[in-house]
Amino acid sequence: MMVGTTVDEPTQIHSQATVVPPRLEVAEDRRGAGEDFAALPTEIAVRDLDFFYGKEQALFTNTIDIKKNRVTAVIGPSGCGKSTHIRAYNRIFNLYREQKAKGEILFDGANVLSSQTDLLDLRRRIGMIFQKPSPFPMTVFDNVAYGLRQHYRLSRSDLSHRVEDALKRSAIWDEVKDKLHQPGNALSGGQQQRLCIARAIAAEPDVLLMDEPCSAIDPVGTAKIEELILALKSKYTIVLVTHNMQQAARVSDYTAFFFQGRIVEFGPTTKIFSNPAEKQTEEYITGRFG
Amino acid sequence: MSTVEFDAPTSPSAPRGAAQAAPRGHRLRLGDPIFRVVATACGLALAAAMFGLAGVLIYNSWPAISGLGTSVLTTVAWSPVDHQYGALAALAGTFLSTLVAMVIAVPLALVIALLLVELVHPAVAHVVGTAIEMLAAIPSIIFGMVGIFVIVPFIQDKFMPWLMGTPLGNLPGIKPGEQFQGGGVSIFTAGVVLAFMVLPYITAVSRDVLRMVPQVTKEAGYGMGSTTWEVMHKISLRYANSGIVGAVFIGLGRALGETMAVAFLIGSVYTSIPHSLFDPGTSIASLIANTFSEATDKIQVSALIELGLILFLITVVFQILAQVWLRRVQRATGGRA
Amino acid sequence: MNSHRRQAIERGAGGAPLCAVADVRDFAPPRRRSIARRKATDLVVKGFSWIGASVGIAVMAFIVWEVVVRGAAALNVAFFTQPTPMDVTTNAGGFANAILGTIVITGVAALIAIPMGFMGGVYLAEFGRNGRIATGVRMIANVVMGVPSIIVGVFAFATIVKPVHHYSGFAGSVALAFIMLPVMARTTEDILNLVPNELRESGLAMGAPRWKVTLGVVCKAARGGLITGASLAIVRVAGETAPLLFTVLSSPYWMTGLFGPGGFFGGPVANLTKTIYDFSSSPYPHWQELAWAGALVIIIAVLGMNILVRLIFQRGKK
Repeated sequence: MMVGTTVDEPTQIHSQATVVPPRLEVAEDRRGAGEDFAALPTEIAVRDLDFFYGKEQALFTNTIDIKKNRVTAVIGPSGCGKSTHIRAYNRIFNLYREQKAKGEILFDGANVLSSQTDLLDLRRRIGMIFQKPSPFPMTVFDNVAYGLRQHYRLSRSDLSHRVEDALKRSAIWDEVKDKLHQPGNALSGGQQQRLCIARAIAAEPDVLLMDEPCSAIDPVGTAKIEELILALKSKYTIVLVTHNMQQAARVSDYTAFFFQGRIVEFGPTTKIFSNPAEKQTEEYITGRFG
Repeated sequence: MSTVEFDAPTSPSAPRGAAQAAPRGHRLRLGDPIFRVVATACGLALAAAMFGLAGVLIYNSWPAISGLGTSVLTTVAWSPVDHQYGALAALAGTFLSTLVAMVIAVPLALVIALLLVELVHPAVAHVVGTAIEMLAAIPSIIFGMVGIFVIVPFIQDKFMPWLMGTPLGNLPGIKPGEQFQGGGVSIFTAGVVLAFMVLPYITAVSRDVLRMVPQVTKEAGYGMGSTTWEVMHKISLRYANSGIVGAVFIGLGRALGETMAVAFLIGSVYTSIPHSLFDPGTSIASLIANTFSEATDKIQVSALIELGLILFLITVVFQILAQVWLRRVQRATGGRA
Repeated sequence: MNSHRRQAIERGAGGAPLCAVADVRDFAPPRRRSIARRKATDLVVKGFSWIGASVGIAVMAFIVWEVVVRGAAALNVAFFTQPTPMDVTTNAGGFANAILGTIVITGVAALIAIPMGFMGGVYLAEFGRNGRIATGVRMIANVVMGVPSIIVGVFAFATIVKPVHHYSGFAGSVALAFIMLPVMARTTEDILNLVPNELRESGLAMGAPRWKVTLGVVCKAARGGLITGASLAIVRVAGETAPLLFTVLSSPYWMTGLFGPGGFFGGPVANLTKTIYDFSSSPYPHWQELAWAGALVIIIAVLGMNILVRLIFQRGKK
């Protein structure tokens, strides 16, 4: 699997109108430093997001811009609100009555948190990968086809092409191509997670939210998933929550450091890890706490 | 959970291996062997009970089996007075009333379970769930009494006249036979009351099994943009289906063998197979219940016991099927990492 | 669409580079399924859920309500003090002898079934975790639990009533014990399985013999659940009618001692469920009222015991 050295032509066919600017040719597939942040198109703009578990407030006036086709890492000690934060983007928290969010999360011109938002469409466009690999109780093929069958009308051949494509783009095709009709949970942990990624991208989202996707995976599987993330970002916007700072340093373009529900610092990854502006950030990076 | 298997008579400290037990030489260590023997005996008594039951039934129905042969299963009418001992009418009634009961109870149970698991506030679900579990304990005689005193008059005076007035009333299977007036006592009435007898159990087990679906998996389903119903039927029900099928089989077994409520409500027509759901009929259990005490003829008693044997075999088959399905649940949820 | 197929095939097996593979987005945009329709289906199913649940729960509540209303009307002190009437012309009478009879019959059944069922459960939980015999016993116990109670009654008739040519309370107790036995065993097993192994290990590590550890330590830890299980098993058989139909029958008199025609071992004994059955099938309104009162007593006992054990022994079962 080779990543980082191929440059694709900018793709024009999107379901949205925004045009991706021609990308910089870089030796390393790492953006962030050296880019004009403000000029990049924003996929998700969060403004003053507050979050409550019942009476307890967990997030305080979070404000952040998630840029299109970049990997934004969210790091911080446990309990700092990282998962809570991204779970607001696809409103998965709505499953639980006592969890509430206030503020604005702007995606494609509309506030995700408003009651007018169509949750089904929102979740088609913002996909989520969970910490614990969770294949559905069905075959590998049906897992990947799940979103496709649900949101689209497709011919059978079209469906299989897309399933195959998604599995290839998740770097798992070779491992499962003979097992397409076996149950999804017959795969190993790392494979299951890549299956979940394939499932998510098959439905053509714009954004992938990844909530500590590697924490339940062995190191070899983790390495594969990290390579995958680097490869996927040219097509998708990725927000990656991780408790593993080295992982954030390896794969992300921008990093946000959370502490006790607030965004302490946000900036290009190279800057955060080499020259953070805030003392708290520096203490976390250097391992003094968390 | 890993098991720690012990063989009784070894020194008590052996499993740990390290510490030395203080010598208790002068006490005869009979406690453990006796304990184990008693426990094993009681365990085997359970198995013996079943074989004893089967054996007694076979032994006592032998006169009928050898005397009547297969006519029991081929003759329709049960009429001791005419020396006719046909079980078909009873089998048909058992089957039909159970069918009505399951057709009503299973969808209702699933839908209530869905409600309890996904749609209501957890506190409400807890209260309602507990109430349902307690309802499962209500003895069948209660259902029989409410059936005969409340439901039968309702069906006779209000429901049947209405039904006969609609076009449905003339469909085969619905239109009562000529010799029956479409009264309140019928297969249908028995089936309806049976449904509410098995409903609490199936609901409780379905709810329990649906709750075992991991939260992450459901979140993944919602995260893909599915509606509640889509997550339920594509994911949760698939996950839980072995348990639900097992529960349905157990409910089925109970409906098949239910005696008191059915005896009150099915009518006591032993001589014909009902042509309509609204005809009276009989079931094996209610036939036995109603006629056993007055049976004087040896062959009649033996034939009744043979009926009991048939019912026993049917329920055993369903119970075994239920066990097989329920074990799949254990494997699916307990086995994998 | 053929171009992506070609590209996809070009990549072939083994380490196919990722983004160079044709992007699904380069496919023609697929036709969307109607979100409105999906939401409508979801709403319809939810509607059915609410309706179905309301119907189901309303009917169950209605059944209990009817018993309460009709039974309360006939319930009075005399119900608990006077024996069953034999004279249809008066309004006197109660079910006192029937209640006593049920208590005795159920009590004897419990005496037989609870110790044996408990030890059977101990066997399954402590000695037979994975053995094939134990698995077989467990499966058989499950199957026996599903046998219709009338068949158990027939069994007790054939084994106890027929040889001595008379009905007896004892035959009824045997039938009820037969039903209780597997219930008690499986419940005991389930409860004991909840006790963590560490407890057993620490008991044994102290040098105690196996039987002391099981009975003293493990059962003490599971005490709440075991009492719950036993109570519920007792109450469950107390409400049974079918097994008593041809074993005990019923009697309009008080039980008189142990032997002899009115005694526990000697002849039919008045009991609540059969009496209710007889009286509710009778054509006399007063007798039917008494039957309702009896039904109410049963429901109170059954539901009351359920609530009681849950409240007191919350930790026992889930």
